[in-house]
Amino acid sequence: MPERMPKELEPAGGNGLLHRRLFLKGGAAALGAGSLGLMTAAQAKERPPWMRAPGRALSGYGSRSPYEDHVQRRPLSAKGTDGAGGSWTPLEALEGMITPNPLHFERHHSGIPNIDPGRHRLLIHGLVKRDLFFDMDALSRYPMVSRTQFIECSGNSYLAGLPEQPVNATCGELHGLVACSEWTGVPLSILLDEAGVDPAAQWILAEGADAAAMSRSVPLAKAMDDALLAIYQNGERLRPDNGYPVRLFLPGYEGNMSVKWLRRIKVTAAPAMTRDETAKYSDLMPDGRTLLFTFPMDVKSVITSPAPGLELAGPGLYQISGMAWSGLGRIAKVEVSADRGATWAEAALSEPVLDKAVTRFRMAWRWNGSPSVIMSRAMDETGATQPTRDALIAAKGRKFAYHYNAIQAWGIDGAGHVANVYA
Amino acid sequence: MRSLAPAAALAKMISVALAMAAFAQEGPGLGIEATPEEVAQWDISIQPNGEGLPPGSGTALAGQPIYTLHCFSCHGAEGKGQLNDVLAGGHGSLDGPAPRKTVGSFWPYATTVFDYIRRTMPYQQPHSLSDEAIYALTAYLLFLNGIIEEDEVMDARTLPEVRMPNRDNFILAYPPGARQKPRQQRAP
Repeated sequence: MPERMPKELEPAGGNGLLHRRLFLKGGAAALGAGSLGLMTAAQAKERPPWMRAPGRALSGYGSRSPYEDHVQRRPLSAKGTDGAGGSWTPLEALEGMITPNPLHFERHHSGIPNIDPGRHRLLIHGLVKRDLFFDMDALSRYPMVSRTQFIECSGNSYLAGLPEQPVNATCGELHGLVACSEWTGVPLSILLDEAGVDPAAQWILAEGADAAAMSRSVPLAKAMDDALLAIYQNGERLRPDNGYPVRLFLPGYEGNMSVKWLRRIKVTAAPAMTRDETAKYSDLMPDGRTLLFTFPMDVKSVITSPAPGLELAGPGLYQISGMAWSGLGRIAKVEVSADRGATWAEAALSEPVLDKAVTRFRMAWRWNGSPSVIMSRAMDETGATQPTRDALIAAKGRKFAYHYNAIQAWGIDGAGHVANVYA
Repeated sequence: MRSLAPAAALAKMISVALAMAAFAQEGPGLGIEATPEEVAQWDISIQPNGEGLPPGSGTALAGQPIYTLHCFSCHGAEGKGQLNDVLAGGHGSLDGPAPRKTVGSFWPYATTVFDYIRRTMPYQQPHSLSDEAIYALTAYLLFLNGIIEEDEVMDARTLPEVRMPNRDNFILAYPPGARQKPRQQRAP
């Protein structure tokens, strides 16, 4: 008598995509019992060395297993410097929605300052009733809020799709300038209210205390809406590479505007037109004109497993796992294709699905061992959807370098090797 | 015990409500007022209209030797690039297939040149050059790009008046409605 196939094992899309419920209900356990690799009785008698002696001592600050030391950011800095550049998060080695603090990507313009929090002050001045200094002791007494949200460098991903030929690199090296953390700090609006903003004000200038005195103009409306002076990241004080002791955090906006090591906010009537908002972080269009102030990061997703940097061990059941995010709001839907975009199936979104946060999506996939192209496309709650690479290039050309958010295709060859491909 | 007179009770309620509203809006109110001198010392930003530019002046002639000493090793002779960014040339290349963005071909405001040098250059030793030297370096970069003459004096009055060649080719994407968004593909 033919067995009825469980609903979870019915195809949901072409080339082996299975129903997303497979990974929601423990179906995998029922399915995989035969491949668990149980120990033989002889092996079971032989206890591993870590069971035959007490483990290492307690410690004041934890460290990861030495077996995980190979999971590293990939630093790349401007010639003649070791701190002006970026380090890319190894996305293919991580899971879930939160980025561990030591692996959070970096983008610095003149290295990481070693700031003594006892000597650090924030000045708020300009078009305000009172010019005010705040030291860290004062800031830590203000009401705080916590928000789990992503931050992404606007230059993220351009190497994944703008060059003529696909660049051969890992998923993290192509897309790793994005991270998601729980940020805790003081709403900037509280401090601006205390200073008393002049009705003529339209912008603020935010400036860091690094050697670049990195500065960006930010609309006052954003500063009053949801801007945060972040002091904690994932529960502990910010790391120096993320702006210790205090950074600006602007949910959904391109990363460099969330100025790290924040020392000064000047309330102004007009933008300052700093180098980092005109000469850099502006979008050159095909006709030679340039867009200024393209602040929000658009909807985007990428499959982080399988992905370049990982290999498939052979045909069989796999979990496709990836990240989706949008600077405009919550992720509404992620679809996955395993047949180069011919058919798409909806992936499971892992709760919680938060506003302007990374959302983890997952999908079951039975790989039959034949060369395949897998991809994901995300839609956010505003209806914005990731464009294809062709559509994005048709609209914006290839000279813009910032805000690249096209659908990413990974090619898997018969040997299980995964590579960046254009599809 | 005598109750408060109605008017006094109302006044007290109002004052309590105001105090609570003030707390909700302003937090504990721990900001320390900064003196004008402190603000002047901290404020290093410059607006495109020249607001914030300090006293002093310089010319390209004066800037050339300063450039050789502090900038040449990273940016090459005459701003043609070495290890780091090319600072001169590239004019007319932005609408072609291989755009070359330099101070002269790309930057919209001359004030930004002064502002950027003063806040972060030279890379190994920012905040080491005098305002005079920064005016002279700014003038030298503008001269290398054919924007001003070699002996033209740059100061708080003349620098904001310099018209950068690419100035009119910038479009504001903010505030909203300033432009049309690039089309995004919609899912079927």
